[in-house]
Amino acid sequence: MIEFVQQLINGLSLGAVYALIALGYTMVYGVLRFINFAHGDVFMIGAFAGLYLAPYVMWLWHFSPLLTVVYMLLLLVIAYALLRHPWIALLLAVGLYRGLVALAPPIAKLQDNFPAPSWLGMFVVLATAMVVCAILGVLIEKLAYRPLRNRPRLTVLITAIGVSLFLENFGQYAFGVDPQSFPDLIGDQAINLPAWCGPFTDLTIMESQVLVFAVTIFLLIALRFIVTKTRLGTAMRALSANPVATSLMGVNNDTIISFTFGLGSALAGAAGILISIQQPSVDPLMGLQPGIKAFVAAVLGGIGNIPGAALGGLLLGIIETLVVGYSDELHISPGYRDAIAFLLLILILLFKPTGLLGRVEREKV
Amino acid sequence: MFERHKITLLASLAIIYFISARFSSSISPYIYQIILYIGINITLAVGLNLVNGYTGQFSLGHAGFMSVGAYAAATFTNNAGDATLALLKPLGPMVSTSIVFGAALLIGGLAAGATGLLVGIPSLRLKGDYLAIVTLGFGEIIKVVIENVDALGGARGLTVSHPYTNLFWVYATAAVTIYVVLNLVNSTYGRGFLMVRDDEIAAEAMGINTTKYKVLAFTLAAFFAGMAGGLYAHLTQFIYPDGFNFQKSVDIVTMVILGGMGNTWGVVFSASLLTILPEGLRALADWPSLPKWMGGLLGNRMIPYSLMLIVLMLTRPQGLFGGMTLKRKKA
Repeated sequence: MIEFVQQLINGLSLGAVYALIALGYTMVYGVLRFINFAHGDVFMIGAFAGLYLAPYVMWLWHFSPLLTVVYMLLLLVIAYALLRHPWIALLLAVGLYRGLVALAPPIAKLQDNFPAPSWLGMFVVLATAMVVCAILGVLIEKLAYRPLRNRPRLTVLITAIGVSLFLENFGQYAFGVDPQSFPDLIGDQAINLPAWCGPFTDLTIMESQVLVFAVTIFLLIALRFIVTKTRLGTAMRALSANPVATSLMGVNNDTIISFTFGLGSALAGAAGILISIQQPSVDPLMGLQPGIKAFVAAVLGGIGNIPGAALGGLLLGIIETLVVGYSDELHISPGYRDAIAFLLLILILLFKPTGLLGRVEREKV
Repeated sequence: MFERHKITLLASLAIIYFISARFSSSISPYIYQIILYIGINITLAVGLNLVNGYTGQFSLGHAGFMSVGAYAAATFTNNAGDATLALLKPLGPMVSTSIVFGAALLIGGLAAGATGLLVGIPSLRLKGDYLAIVTLGFGEIIKVVIENVDALGGARGLTVSHPYTNLFWVYATAAVTIYVVLNLVNSTYGRGFLMVRDDEIAAEAMGINTTKYKVLAFTLAAFFAGMAGGLYAHLTQFIYPDGFNFQKSVDIVTMVILGGMGNTWGVVFSASLLTILPEGLRALADWPSLPKWMGGLLGNRMIPYSLMLIVLMLTRPQGLFGGMTLKRKKA
């Protein structure tokens, strides 16, 4: 029983990361009806943004919390500018990065003497990675996918594969092929459960697991708010239902699509940081497997359906952890871990292609 | 239906045999190896073109079928090769080796074809993006299964004891593949393939069993990939599951896309080009007067490849030779 609960907890914290990535797939599929193959690699870039920027950001947090607030406000400005003027946002981001580097001590000194772990500092790193990924996502859409609007789906799919390969291999060129260890941002340790937990006191729950789960829940609620309560979110849902009608109603479809990409990529960036806190090793190909698995999660929940993606992600994380955890009892080798998601995908597509919460969409002639 | 070009096939086989016998020993090993890889890639890409080009389905797991063929053929020659050779000894070394290797390639092809059939029947009910992901998934599953089978060496890989692959076998396989594909697409089946690609709903309305055509194309492509895998295994003499990963599948797909989906000769050209190009890029990357950062960019062939893929899709999505045929139009 204890072991089962333990596996469940591990599964939930893994599934939370899948859920965050899956949301990006599902939102983009909702508005453009295509699979953004490069999404897993945006997640990888998020992790690397954390790796390279965390020393500076953490230093800034320890140096002056006030300056950090200013920094966060500047991030917000960049995020706002991104919607209409992605190039200006990119310029601002580069400027902000230059300023940060100029202010902080040289990186060698920072790495030798990494700033003390801090939860609040970690949130600033998280926000940084989200903004970096949002910029990347918006630019990818603008440069690679927008010129292909209204072309056959296969053309866009091939382009997406091209973008994905480019990010992976350029990452190998720019960041190096070998895995690098991610700094411990929060001073991760196991939580001592109080005695009233009874038999559950023996559970090993890491602080990072709680963090991942809490941040995911928070982001899900925030996303829910954005999608259902704001004008942009309303426009997004309308676009997903009927793009021609929205443009007739005066909605700028391009802006909304940019916004969707930015939002989805920001969530992927957050996932990149969260998984690196749990498994502190980052490499340029780390986005491949989680990317595909998150896609499976999106299909499991019903692609195009936002709560479905979250549900699918959590379910997939739990299933994967349970199968690996009970591999002895099930008489399968734990080496089959990566095949589970694919097997699940094939089964869903064959028996319930609309997913758990998806709707049937009829093909029109 | 295999009447057309029969003479051409036989003539080209004879020429390949002559060239192979006459020149094999005088080419430098490096060049020779590249020439062999070109032939193997032609077989792979022309086979995949049947699915991705002519039938308009998008398969992203071709390396999986190649690995099935490679492992099947290698297991055959490793375990039964010597015994069969001893049995066939009275026929002389050349004939007996040919029989053993031919059988190995056929076994590889059949194993891959059977896998293709198994994978194709359920997954070809899906369309477009979904099919791409599912074939990718099957490719990965095949890889993971091989990694977990100890008899095949697991993740450590499998050593292939016989280096049978030579110029004749590689190009004979490529020629047969091209011959079969060209004949097939000019037959009733070919019309079926094209119809499935151009408008599946219309095809169904005309009473065409679209699933049958899709599965046929898929199985045949897997068969050729298996043959190519057998050749590859007996060329490198060492195969490991990760050598047949997603990247390898994308390599083959890139060849098909660049050449022009549904144009066999275009694909032959692009398969040759994309096999030579990395070598050229590598030579260029080592060029001393080039800035160091550029050398690094060119040294990883996937960076120029992926950019090429994006630019191609933005400017000429039908590929270099898409929409063109070498065939004269008949009224």
